[in-house]
Amino acid sequence: MENQTLLTIEDLSVQFVSAGIRTTALSGLSLTAKEGEILAVVGASGAGKSLLAHAVLGLLPKNAQVTGRMTYKGQVLNEKTLPRLRGKEITLIPQSVTYLDPLMPVGRQVYYPMNKQEGRAKTAALFEEYGLSPEVMKKYPFELSGGMTRRVLFSAAVLSGAKLLLADEPTPGLSRETARHVLRHLRAFAKEGRAVLLITHDLDLAVECADRVAVLYAGTLLETAPACDFAADGAALRHPYSQSLWNALPQNGFHPVTGNMPSPGERVESCPFAPRCPKKTALCREKPVPLRPLRGGTVRCIHAT
Amino acid sequence: MEEGERVGLIGPSGCGKSTLAKVLSGMLCPQAGEVRLDEKPLPKKGYRPVQLIFQHPEQAVDPKWRMEQILNEGYFPDRDLLNALGIEKEWLIRYPRELSGGELQRFCIARALGPKTRFLLCDEISTMLDPITQAQLWELLLHCSEKRGMGLLVITHNRALAERVCTRIVKFEDLNGKGEETHAKK
Ligand code: SF4
Repeated sequence: MENQTLLTIEDLSVQFVSAGIRTTALSGLSLTAKEGEILAVVGASGAGKSLLAHAVLGLLPKNAQVTGRMTYKGQVLNEKTLPRLRGKEITLIPQSVTYLDPLMPVGRQVYYPMNKQEGRAKTAALFEEYGLSPEVMKKYPFELSGGMTRRVLFSAAVLSGAKLLLADEPTPGLSRETARHVLRHLRAFAKEGRAVLLITHDLDLAVECADRVAVLYAGTLLETAPACDFAADGAALRHPYSQSLWNALPQNGFHPVTGNMPSPGERVESCPFAPRCPKKTALCREKPVPLRPLRGGTVRCIHAT
Repeated sequence: MEEGERVGLIGPSGCGKSTLAKVLSGMLCPQAGEVRLDEKPLPKKGYRPVQLIFQHPEQAVDPKWRMEQILNEGYFPDRDLLNALGIEKEWLIRYPRELSGGELQRFCIARALGPKTRFLLCDEISTMLDPITQAQLWELLLHCSEKRGMGLLVITHNRALAERVCTRIVKFEDLNGKGEETHAKK
């Protein structure tokens, strides 16, 4: 049986209007997430990764204008449907520790949606799996280290039983070993038929644990590729930016690319990577570059083969 | 550490690496023991010759200041350095929240690279960055270190990174006198 597509995003764009100025934060983004898979979303900070997660959850600020279409199990995601689904079917593991209530012991924050006895037992078991001692249940957020807090937030998401999990940078602050442990849990989550959207700047880890990798740059999607295409010198990858990203890793050559990612105010219609791209030609600057399917993935580059 | 030496310090999170860095920079006073630079205790006033850069740049800057003010707090970095760091002119009039983590970290690095900096302590400074930005920043730091004979202490849990940038790698758990593991740069 073919795994069901849980999340479909078609041509999603997000613009912010403030003081009469319109800036495009995300544009023309199309993605799917299926049951049983981990889809990693990678890119530099400011590329739009967290924004994408917030758009899927309907948690964008009020001055955001969203166009395009998002569906969950065929049901359109909008202001009406999202509040019903959020926290039950679709859940976020937040990036920031400020999501915890500073005045409540963390154990209770993890299990409060459940009945006390069952919740407490399950939380204790999860805490143990994550290497948190039972005393942590009674601690307040300010008493925890960053890594511990992340493990607490993770336990809460696991316990919610959601079908679509959005993990926003779940691993920094964790040692490699603990990070791998967390990712093994994401894998277990996927094996149970859930879909995991793993948002991370850590390409290493994404490639190691995800099934597919989506590469964001300057608010748009440049490529989706099977994780196994990130190998050797990156020749199997479709987009020059993905190749550069891969070859910049310390173990793969550590090659920097000069220049910066354009900020939202400076975004152009044509290829956003053109100013830094080693393969650009005059054609690249002429018109918007569409996202197209290629070799079992997608790419936004006119010269990709 | 020798002048211009680049030492990688690796160890699990929560083991005390960050506390050590704070003590080495003079931000924290040790309860026992001493930190010496050129055989003298660290200066108590004025510019700190041992500078510390953190993992989270957004926690190291005043959110209410414009970037220009933040940048020039300790000394006036010249345009060459800013160019080398890829700091664009338009960024100077922005507030910290209007920049990405990678952009902000460049400012924190510029701020720490005053002419009197002898050692730079880098506490997981590229952990939150994408690989390209990471490689860009390290290229610059290595260049600075070589040009000025500035030492680097690279605190990281990323062994591949430490092997790329360091002349010697030390495990935190070995620091209490049990010996050191060394690694010669390719
Ligand atoms: S469209 Fe042109 S500039 Fe853009 S990534 Fe492809 S080759 Fe490079």
